[in-house]
Amino acid sequence: MKIVVLIKQVPDTNEVRLDKTTGTLIREGVPSIINPEDKNALEEALKLKESMGAEVWVVSMGPPQADDALREALAMGADQAVLLTDRAFAGADTWATATTLGIALKKMADYDLVLAGRQAIDGDTAQVGPQVAEYLKIPQITYVREFSVEDGRVKAKRALEDGFEEIDAQMPALLTITKEANKPRFPHAAAIMTAYRGQEVSCWTAADIGADPETVGLKGSPTQVKRSFTPPPKEPGQIIQRPPADAARDLVAILRDKNIV
Amino acid sequence: MDFTFSKEHQLLRRMIREFAETEVAPVAEEIDRDERVPFETIRKAAKIGLMGIPFPQKYGGAGAGEIGYCILMEELNKICGSTATIVGAHTGIGAMAIYLDGTEEQKQKYLVPLARGEKIAAFALTEPNAGSDAAAIQTRAVRDGDEFVLNGSKVWITNGDIADVVSVLAVTDPALGARGGVTAFIVEKEFPGFVVGRKEEKLGIRGSSTAELFFEDCRVPAENVLGGFGLGFLTFMKTLDVGRISLAAGCLGAADKALEMSMEFAKSRYQFGAPIAAKQAIQWMIADMAIEVEALRSLVYRTAWMLDEGQTGREFSTMAAMCKVYGSEVACRAADTAVQVHGGMGYMKKYPIERMYRDARITRIFEGTNEIQREIIARNLFRRVGLKIR
Repeated sequence: MKIVVLIKQVPDTNEVRLDKTTGTLIREGVPSIINPEDKNALEEALKLKESMGAEVWVVSMGPPQADDALREALAMGADQAVLLTDRAFAGADTWATATTLGIALKKMADYDLVLAGRQAIDGDTAQVGPQVAEYLKIPQITYVREFSVEDGRVKAKRALEDGFEEIDAQMPALLTITKEANKPRFPHAAAIMTAYRGQEVSCWTAADIGADPETVGLKGSPTQVKRSFTPPPKEPGQIIQRPPADAARDLVAILRDKNIV
Repeated sequence: MDFTFSKEHQLLRRMIREFAETEVAPVAEEIDRDERVPFETIRKAAKIGLMGIPFPQKYGGAGAGEIGYCILMEELNKICGSTATIVGAHTGIGAMAIYLDGTEEQKQKYLVPLARGEKIAAFALTEPNAGSDAAAIQTRAVRDGDEFVLNGSKVWITNGDIADVVSVLAVTDPALGARGGVTAFIVEKEFPGFVVGRKEEKLGIRGSSTAELFFEDCRVPAENVLGGFGLGFLTFMKTLDVGRISLAAGCLGAADKALEMSMEFAKSRYQFGAPIAAKQAIQWMIADMAIEVEALRSLVYRTAWMLDEGQTGREFSTMAAMCKVYGSEVACRAADTAVQVHGGMGYMKKYPIERMYRDARITRIFEGTNEIQREIIARNLFRRVGLKIR
């Protein structure tokens, strides 16, 4: 079995700060990490590798420094790492990103399972996984908390807002994994050293994967960021500390004043 | 000149920091209070290769060198002095002696399981009548056929009661003294006549165990002579040289953490309507701590780099001794200042500053007192100008 895990390198913060004038992310001084739920996806792949044997590939589209995220994945136990990096890929929205990843996956051809994190902490779109599945025309199961593989089929439990859904799909299939699925392992110290000193990350350019420059990067992006901004903070609440009857009267008066009642 | 850590060392640090925060921190207060060795933490650390960080991968280590090992000790000691002490006695001196001077067979037999953390090591030098005067040890080893018979006792041995393998120094020829008359041995806890004595109660690093060891006609195979017959003193001194860098790296972690916590506290503690960080008295304390922390960081990692580059002569010895003195004194000063910045809160058991203050104190004493280190430094310096001090 060959499992491909899609990972994204993100700034290590849940509160991404924006440059007020340019509207872009401030990355200086913020260390980069593997997107947390992508690590959960990788952990699922590594568990399958241990339980039933599998070759685990990690693939990322990003700038050259995304190499570090892929090395960390190798240190955790991935077998092969591919970095899709090319100036032509820059400025991609989720669809152009999914297209690029999809073209690379088609090149790999013989995958049985594609795993991705539910969403990235810097964009929160949760779109790339599903879009890759659409591009490849393979079944997709999102928000997966647990799953099993048997006889060429995958059986997964999806976490919905009000319960769970069990879905059975034919492989190859793409699953997006939630953080509740597992606790990702620590890489072994020796594996960290080997990931940098004895293993390779393959770099594939647009030409390498035969991508039409019109379909990837900024040019291949149907959506464009018009403006990014930090919403103004919520005004602090007000506590009315009076006997209940008086407090109720005050509250109604305030609500009337604000035309709420 | 390049002062940046390699990418692999950066990732190693991030992994160790996360491990320390998620696996070590939750029990740090409890193991100190109950004087309990955190075996579960040691097992988890072993599983991800943290018990053999500096040793080559062919001996079961991580192959991260002395720099990698210093990163481990720095990050661990930020969180828990006891856990760092257990790892330090195991890796930095116990197993290190075998790595530095063991034969290939000894490394395969002992170093590999130690580096993997399947077994625990200790280093036994100090005796009731021989501490700083290491050459005055009285534990005797007498040859009997294919074995040596050891008699004597060791005191204050970190990991003494939990170790599977102990590097032990004993006198083999009293007439020759330290140069030629002392031999190092690898002793397994199962060897007949190896007896663990009392476990000590301590001021700090209480989650690590410190015990007496007795050798009562303890029979050690001759093949377990470590580093050559009569050359044990050299093996032990060489091991201590190396151990001193990582000890100082631990001190760096403790001092850096004391600084970080003091800044955090000074920022959030309001007196006279403003954070106490606005007071010059506090600012100067913080600035002084930061200066010492950065000076120590440079000293520690430069010396670790020297070792990784194979520069192990007298210059290195001098630097290692400087690391030990400066590191321990910076750690103690930083802990003391941190208590002062925290005021009453720094004195209460409820907060980790109190524990850090107690844990720091031992570093000026063990692995060679600072007084002995200053002697080593001065002696080496005078040698450069042609004066040999005995």
